Amino acid sequence: MPRNSIQPAVGPETTAIRLPRKRMSKWELYSRRFRRNRPAVAGLVIFAVLVLFAVVAPLLARYDHIELDFLNLGEPPSGEHWLGTTSAGNDTFAQVAIGLQRSLMIAVAVSVGTTVISAVVGTAAAYFSGMFERLTLLLIHFLMVVPTFLLLAMFSNDSGGDWRTISLIMILIGWFFPARVIWTMALSLREREYVHAARYMGVPGMKIVLRHMLPNIGSLLVINFTLGVVAAVMIETGLSFLGFGVKIPDVSLGSLIGSGANTITSAPWLFYFPAAALTLLTVSMALVADGLRDAFDPTSAAGGRA
Amino acid sequence: MTNPLLSVRDLKVSFPSETGTVDAVRGISFDLKAGRTLGIVGESGSGKSVTSLAIMGLLDENVRISGSITFDGQELLGKSDKQLSAIRGNGLAMIFQDPLSSLTPVFSIGDQLIEALTVHRKLSKRAAWARAVELLETVGLPNPERRMKSFPHEFSGGMRQRVVIAIAMANKPKLIIADEPTTALDVTIQAQILDLIAKAQSETGAAVIMITHDMGVVAKTADDVLVMYAGRPVEKAPVHELFHRTRMPYSIGLLGAIPRVDKAEKQPLVPVKGNPPLLINLPDACPFASRCPIAIDACHTREPDLVDVGNEKMGEHHAACIRSHEITDGGLIDGRRVFPLPDVSERALAGVPREDRPVTLEVRNMTKTFPLMKGAFLKRKLGEVHAIRGISFDIREGETMAIVGESGCGKTTTLLQIMDLVEQVDGDILIGGTSVADVRGGHAERTLRRDIQIVFQDPMGALDPRMTVADIIAEPLRAIGTKKAESETRVDELMDLVGLDPSHSNRFPSAFSGGQRQRIGIARALATNPKVVVLDEPVSALDVSIQAGVINLLDELKAKLGLSYLFVAHDLSVVRHIADRVAVMYLGAFVEQGSVNEIFEDPQHPYTQALLSAIPIPDPDIERTRERIVLTGDLASATDQSGGCSFASRCQLFKVLPPEDQARCLGEVPPLTGPENHRNACHFR
Repeated sequence: MPRNSIQPAVGPETTAIRLPRKRMSKWELYSRRFRRNRPAVAGLVIFAVLVLFAVVAPLLARYDHIELDFLNLGEPPSGEHWLGTTSAGNDTFAQVAIGLQRSLMIAVAVSVGTTVISAVVGTAAAYFSGMFERLTLLLIHFLMVVPTFLLLAMFSNDSGGDWRTISLIMILIGWFFPARVIWTMALSLREREYVHAARYMGVPGMKIVLRHMLPNIGSLLVINFTLGVVAAVMIETGLSFLGFGVKIPDVSLGSLIGSGANTITSAPWLFYFPAAALTLLTVSMALVADGLRDAFDPTSAAGGRA
Repeated sequence: MTNPLLSVRDLKVSFPSETGTVDAVRGISFDLKAGRTLGIVGESGSGKSVTSLAIMGLLDENVRISGSITFDGQELLGKSDKQLSAIRGNGLAMIFQDPLSSLTPVFSIGDQLIEALTVHRKLSKRAAWARAVELLETVGLPNPERRMKSFPHEFSGGMRQRVVIAIAMANKPKLIIADEPTTALDVTIQAQILDLIAKAQSETGAAVIMITHDMGVVAKTADDVLVMYAGRPVEKAPVHELFHRTRMPYSIGLLGAIPRVDKAEKQPLVPVKGNPPLLINLPDACPFASRCPIAIDACHTREPDLVDVGNEKMGEHHAACIRSHEITDGGLIDGRRVFPLPDVSERALAGVPREDRPVTLEVRNMTKTFPLMKGAFLKRKLGEVHAIRGISFDIREGETMAIVGESGCGKTTTLLQIMDLVEQVDGDILIGGTSVADVRGGHAERTLRRDIQIVFQDPMGALDPRMTVADIIAEPLRAIGTKKAESETRVDELMDLVGLDPSHSNRFPSAFSGGQRQRIGIARALATNPKVVVLDEPVSALDVSIQAGVINLLDELKAKLGLSYLFVAHDLSVVRHIADRVAVMYLGAFVEQGSVNEIFEDPQHPYTQALLSAIPIPDPDIERTRERIVLTGDLASATDQSGGCSFASRCQLFKVLPPEDQARCLGEVPPLTGPENHRNACHFR
């Protein structure tokens, strides 16, 4: 309870004696609030299982994903091949595991890259305003008219389907749309009193951007990140479907779903297993995002009072 | 004995919410006769607005309402929206708080007035137009014919509120509900609007429900007063009874917490401790007991009923307090005050004369003009807005300098100029002796900023909602490179100093109430041990009982730490209480400047006189008998550069001057003249 008068003896000594306790850090607080949200924890578990599967399964699998078993061509799931085989004799279990690994790496790398670049550029443009803002917006507007998917297809084909090149190009063509959205969001933050307050305290500009502006669009960034994962998987699928994406013998969920879709009536396992992995991946990401937003958002009712 | 126009019986309103049912109104009964004014006072969240919305039938469908509201012989509760629409705007009219949002921006005010007229009765277009013009004339809008075609954005706030009142008057309603009609307006405009509501009432013979948090407005307008707390009326009495023979501790506290513009003595205000309770699952106990200094055990066992405590001579007087019979006039119980006066701490610098104290902030001839641009692509300059026209002042150690003025007079721009350390063209700003013109580079700027810190008006907006209180208070320390361990102990110390529990330091600002948040803001401003603290309307967003606590805190901190305050406010009562020196600002220039007692006791400039007389005083006897100067018109435009006195267009003195003196007002800018502790800018004072 607040006291309305000041006690006479206030000084470093008296305060320290009255308050023998440790301060809880911000991250402890966030994690405590996150753990209160059951679906989010479930999402995190699913995501962890998927990551674990992508890392461990290739080590456990009886067959390599490029190895061809000519005795089992296009077989449904069995004790020998847990998730069946393709018409060429590839083990679907190994392929799904490797495909998931590839897709995860691309999606997470791209989503992290675009979110970080767009957030920093967008908020910095809003905060610093003036010439910097005008030049940034000019660049963004110019990039918006460039046919990016075509560029992506050309470069990825040129690199022979190397997933690192694909991720890099996807980051380079993906950051500016969210950056512009974030810029508009940050415009209103720039006029907030606590931003003025920080400036009047003498906090340097870039620190204000990182400490006051970015966290306050945090929930947007988290959603952006999740959608970014989903979108990256989609783009990569599209590329693979057109034949510009990850190339055989390397596989990704996108290329597996693409080829599985052709045989959905004759060999449904080729479609359903990678599709299930993809669905689990996106759903778990959405749940995690929801939990993170509630944990970070002090006004959210779900988080409760810390 | 006439029948009451409006009769409310045991009205209860509850809202469903995620955390439980919120009982916003918990049993309110009153009668209102035609031509009378009922004032409903209470702090935010006490249920006063919900009561008015329930009478108007404007609450959501999912809200549970029980009890009875009889208006003009008809039961309003249980009527469908369609049936109510026939009554609303016709027999019942409402004036809302925010004139900005209660008019539709896409229709001209003529259209909106005509709509209000034609929706309830058949009128020809011409007749409706004529009646609308007549209404605008009644509410005192100049050029009503031409103004009919104007849109709301072309009007100032006061003008818009006049239009809202015209719409409310359109169908000669029997009951007008005014929900904080003047809270968003300046004092001189407030006086005009209150007079206008009184005029509307006398012209239509309507009853008025005046909902407000301002005891001064109640003292001026109401016949009967209903004090609400936690959704219940806690005291109900005729206005003189309530102000002079207060019987409920909450009302006593509310009256004691208000700074008075007509009292010079610097005794501390009496804050009501604590915060109002949440209206969810309230126990059967007096809701005020936890904040009440005279609570006894019996207060916690049963919620007291509203019982008659009046006598035959003085008329009805109801109070909801089991000890109300022990309380005597003047808020005394057993001969002592219900709310004991807080101790005043001795000022360290009280004995040192002003001239001997060091100057902490000095402003010399500050000016600021904004260019007025037009055109989307090729911008051309149309003119200049003179936001500040050459002001000078200095603040000494341990002194509070207040700048007062209406919105748009340039007081906030003045603060921003100082806080942005703007280099002046033909003047200077010196903070602790260092000129802002000499500050080069980030390090020098940070060093200078240590000495000057700011507290903002809005206690929510000024604190980053994503940072814990400890991080917020430590931020200025981190900016100057204080070590982590050192800043942590300092944070605890500061929270203690402003009266917050340091063990709450890892909560987020949203877990605190408005008054506590403002304390956090003050703690942050004090973190670097500044010499000057700039206070931008620090208490105007707070409730009266909370406001008193923050004002006392500021007083104590000044005495204890020898701080200088630059205080900007529009509330002259607060200024009189806290300030040592005052400058009255009008259109970017000081019109009167000097020590606080000189200016409040003997205002010389006509504008200061008008400003002081416009403030409602929370005492019905004084308020209703004193002479009042009501200014006409609004603040003039700051773009004019006519070269005369900027106040001449509204000046009451100007009107009675002989023509040759008037010519001097219009032709010559009056300089600030007079002795050091009382200067004014008027040719004839």
